[in-house]
Amino acid sequence: MRYLTTGSKTRIPNEQRQVFRTSAFGRLKRDKWMYLLLMPGILYFIIFKYVPMWGILLAFKNYQPFTGFWKSEWVGLEHFQVFFQNPDFYNLLRNTLVLSFYNLVFFFPTPIILALLLNEIRLALFKRTVQTLIYVPHFISMVIVASISYVFLTTEGGVINELLFQYTGQKINFLGSPEWFRPMIILQTIWKESGWGTIIFLAALSGVDVEQYEAATVDGARRWRQLWHITLPAVRSTIVILLILRMGDILENGFEQIYLMQNALNREVSEVFDTYVYIMGITQGAFSYSTAVGLFKAIVGVILVLSANYLAKRFGQSGIY
Amino acid sequence: MGKRYRSVSGTVFDMFNYVFLAGFAVCAIIPFVYVISGSFATDVELTQRSFFLIPKTFSINAYTFIFSTDTIIRSIGVSMYVTTVGTIVNLFFTVTMAYPLARRSLMGRNTILNLVVFSMLFGGGMIPTYLVVRELGLLDSYWALILPGAISAFNLIIVKNFFQELPPGLEEAARIDGCTELGLLWRIVLPLSKPVLATFALFYAVGHWNNFFSALLYINDPAKWPLQVMLRQIVLLSQAAAGNMNEMDPNFVQPPEQSIKMAVIVVGTVPILLVYPFLQKHFAKGVMIGSIKG
Repeated sequence: MRYLTTGSKTRIPNEQRQVFRTSAFGRLKRDKWMYLLLMPGILYFIIFKYVPMWGILLAFKNYQPFTGFWKSEWVGLEHFQVFFQNPDFYNLLRNTLVLSFYNLVFFFPTPIILALLLNEIRLALFKRTVQTLIYVPHFISMVIVASISYVFLTTEGGVINELLFQYTGQKINFLGSPEWFRPMIILQTIWKESGWGTIIFLAALSGVDVEQYEAATVDGARRWRQLWHITLPAVRSTIVILLILRMGDILENGFEQIYLMQNALNREVSEVFDTYVYIMGITQGAFSYSTAVGLFKAIVGVILVLSANYLAKRFGQSGIY
Repeated sequence: MGKRYRSVSGTVFDMFNYVFLAGFAVCAIIPFVYVISGSFATDVELTQRSFFLIPKTFSINAYTFIFSTDTIIRSIGVSMYVTTVGTIVNLFFTVTMAYPLARRSLMGRNTILNLVVFSMLFGGGMIPTYLVVRELGLLDSYWALILPGAISAFNLIIVKNFFQELPPGLEEAARIDGCTELGLLWRIVLPLSKPVLATFALFYAVGHWNNFFSALLYINDPAKWPLQVMLRQIVLLSQAAAGNMNEMDPNFVQPPEQSIKMAVIVVGTVPILLVYPFLQKHFAKGVMIGSIKG
């Protein structure tokens, strides 16, 4: 299965190839309308994607608002040195990695399990209803998710705490305690995205040939064996691809969610690279320093994706490239 | 799925499976039901009954209160404006770029596609992008919420793949009949792509309505805040007056803070729940078109 199909490698028959033998200028002229249509899109990618990549040079400069981008002095790796020597660095790294690890262990498998369970349902109406309902939270904004969490979990009249108080006589400060922060984030993610995540696995499962199950039944394979030998292999490549893509996000926890759930009381576990870049850069104006932090994060991400992709290919799976 | 081996353990599994999935589905929507009914309940009921899905009492005080000033109304207006204009911009940029890229014979096509894919893998990050937006003078302008996200590379590739799959015979025929290149796109390709375009329009629109990050970064003027930022101010930070007691009838009972918050959440959610049936009709197909081959 190909995930992001880009350039097509199909061979062009010889008689059609003749057409392409025209000069480069001829081809430009022939497709002039096409290039005109491409302009807005290309401008968009240049201005909002590639100019910022150029802006990464700020990480090696000392940006001063008054001197501007071009005249700011070069400082080499100074910002990186400051960052790595900062005691905050280990804290940020730990918080980021722990959250990513929890996500991988608790969130990543849920869509797969849900899809496998849904696949076993033979009552079409039930299956459709469940699917319709579990997709809904995906379309809700992170602000609403955080808001609903607040309304449910606050110690001042939140439903969960009211119920807890009725039965145990105690309240738990979910929103403002370091030990509840991570479970809360993971549960939000599971609630919001695991239903949506089933789509891709269900698509892979719908491609499985029914005859394979019939043959397996004739051979005496029961449900668990069928699951192990037919159903799971059918989604294996999807799982590998999503794992590879996830690798690139190990240092990214999703800025909005963390930022919205963060407060002074849980900061020791909730400060991650994403929020740190925002706070240092936008609110405190240390543009160069936070560009360096962002660059560090992006480079680690690319390295992780490429190595996961390489490993997947080594082990005989199709990667994304 | 064909006939499967029937066994006792299989039946037990099936029962567990139905119960589990039903439970999961209920959990997915219960928060909405509670928040909606809570926003309509009276002060007394909210404090006396801790959890309910159908309120016994009914009151629209919370809504009267939040709509008594134009804070919320104005931010809804901003969100609607940005969503409408933004979606049109998204579709224009995505289609005009995807259509040429769907031509295998276009010179430079693979280079452009590779650059697009590379931008998905690696980016300048928050600060350099912020500086670009600032240098363009877009801070505190609604364009800052629209232009930096004009194309989603992922959607672009899916739309491109869809265009590529259209039968080439149609285009040939139209060309022989004297259709111009742009006429081809406008009269043949776009009408054939209506379902796909509808899907992506809805996706882009939902993205704009839900967008919080860009507004947080680029909009400092509270009068220009979209609904999501206003929501955060009211629900999470308990700031920003959402209503005005002075404008109320003297007999008006101020709703409790909790129900005001719930009402604001409902206002932010309802548009999504309204378009959801339309979305749902298309998205599974729309997301899959072109993204998976195999």
